[in-house]
Amino acid sequence: MNALIVTSLEQGLIFAILAMGVFLTYKILDIADLSVEGTFPLGAFIFAKFISTGLNPIISTLVAFCFGALAGLLTSTLFTKLRIKPLLAGILTMTILYSANLKVNGKANIPLFSYSSIFDYTSVLKLGSSIAILITIVLFMKIVLDLFLKTEAGYLLIATGDNESLVRSLGENSSKYKVIGLMMANGLVALSGALMAQYQGFADITMGSSIIVTALASIIIGDTIRKNSDGIKGTTRAILGAIIYRIIGGIAIDLGLEPSDLKAVSAIIVIVFISYNNFAVDLFGLKNGKGRKRYAENKKSIEEF
Amino acid sequence: MGKEERDMLKIRNLSKSFNKDMDNQINVFNDFNLDIEANRCTAIIGPNGCGKSTLLNIIGGNVKADEGQIILKDKDITNFKEEQRSIYMGRVYQDPSMGVSPSLTILENMSLADKKGERFTLRRLIRKKNVNRYIDLLKDLDLGLEDKLDTKVKFLSGGQRQSLSLIMAAMKYPDLLLLDEHTAALDPKTSNVVMKKTKELIEKYSITTIMISHNMRDAIEYSDRIIMLDRGQIILDKPSKSVTEEELITIYRTKLDEAIA
Repeated sequence: MNALIVTSLEQGLIFAILAMGVFLTYKILDIADLSVEGTFPLGAFIFAKFISTGLNPIISTLVAFCFGALAGLLTSTLFTKLRIKPLLAGILTMTILYSANLKVNGKANIPLFSYSSIFDYTSVLKLGSSIAILITIVLFMKIVLDLFLKTEAGYLLIATGDNESLVRSLGENSSKYKVIGLMMANGLVALSGALMAQYQGFADITMGSSIIVTALASIIIGDTIRKNSDGIKGTTRAILGAIIYRIIGGIAIDLGLEPSDLKAVSAIIVIVFISYNNFAVDLFGLKNGKGRKRYAENKKSIEEF
Repeated sequence: MGKEERDMLKIRNLSKSFNKDMDNQINVFNDFNLDIEANRCTAIIGPNGCGKSTLLNIIGGNVKADEGQIILKDKDITNFKEEQRSIYMGRVYQDPSMGVSPSLTILENMSLADKKGERFTLRRLIRKKNVNRYIDLLKDLDLGLEDKLDTKVKFLSGGQRQSLSLIMAAMKYPDLLLLDEHTAALDPKTSNVVMKKTKELIEKYSITTIMISHNMRDAIEYSDRIIMLDRGQIILDKPSKSVTEEELITIYRTKLDEAIA
């Protein structure tokens, strides 16, 4: 059981980076970006390519991030410049990446056991285990993202997802922020893929399939943690959601669920949580009464005047 | 009111048609000319389809003119994109959510509006030293918004949101303020409050304003000059003081009868 929790936690931390990336597109930009299905394995294959040429694992992982960002640039160019619908743009990128991923090393599965990985640095950094390394990476990414979202450019990214006409009225091109958002998101997803390849010891063409559902499930689970509290940042929710999702999945498999069924289960989790969020308002009228009252109070002040 | 009669905005030989070269081609403007004086509020009224919204969109830059020139403060902005023009213009839309970012707080929205036309960098957006200035601006509205700086804008009422949009559009002293039926979505009482605030604000900052309105009484009461459009033509252009509501309604009626006949 203990080993199960540790494995789930480690995988959860890797998926936390994926979830933070998808958080940027799905929650902040309000775009369902399917290209992540291709960028996750892309990260793994690019890592495999560079580590096999003898490059250092840290640099290979960073290169994977950069290639992921380029894939994000492709998707965002498709919908900002060529005006293809974002959903289709993502599918097209994903399809291109499927072929590209197979071309990178010429194989659909590349074993990486013989190469060094980022997890070999446990002794150098005096960190106990892979968990410590993963926590360091996840926290670093979270802090960078949180800081970015507090900057002038970061707030414009949020405003772009919220109301594009406001962004234009501020004299800025909203397409630019969509490009930045998609590049960052896909970079993070590729980074997550590169870490996953190092963690499991191989890169495989199927590792990206339905990864978007995993990411959405993580984000949605994260969103239900103290739902109405503004105190928890979106990045924190994504991380916690990914870890909880992985632990639930681990326990389910331990209890006898076929690993191949897990995908269907995650899709069902997404369906249940999204429909809960859509209908809870009507089902639990009491809960909503609070918001309505607040609205009424707001109105009062204008009438008083 | 400044007595300086300089024109802030000049529209020259404007032509615009929709569905060009198709059966249902609609010519909205054909060789249309208009001058807007500085520091005045000009109201544009007219029946649906008269071209007032198209005119505002062409000035704002989200609709492109087929031909003609738009000159703002002696600068030809005809080929400027919407975001390039916005640096010189403020705009308040009919939909109270269009001028704000609903999921951000009042303070965050005001800080964004304060950066308008500047470079957005990797420095922190919220600066403590600006907060008092924002509070002063919000106090002018008298809606108690200054006590709700950390409230997300989506929790505000339509009138409060529209008043905030107004402040955000005006706080950088734009050369031109476009009011796009900005009180049409509000209830009559709130609409009056927002109109009064609008007048106070544009007089205090002396901002050249173009407003389009369906409400003729508002148009007369809150503007300095009334322009009535019909099928892309100016059919009335008078100082607001010398126009009565009855007069406008009579013109509307005759136009309507003409259209039916």
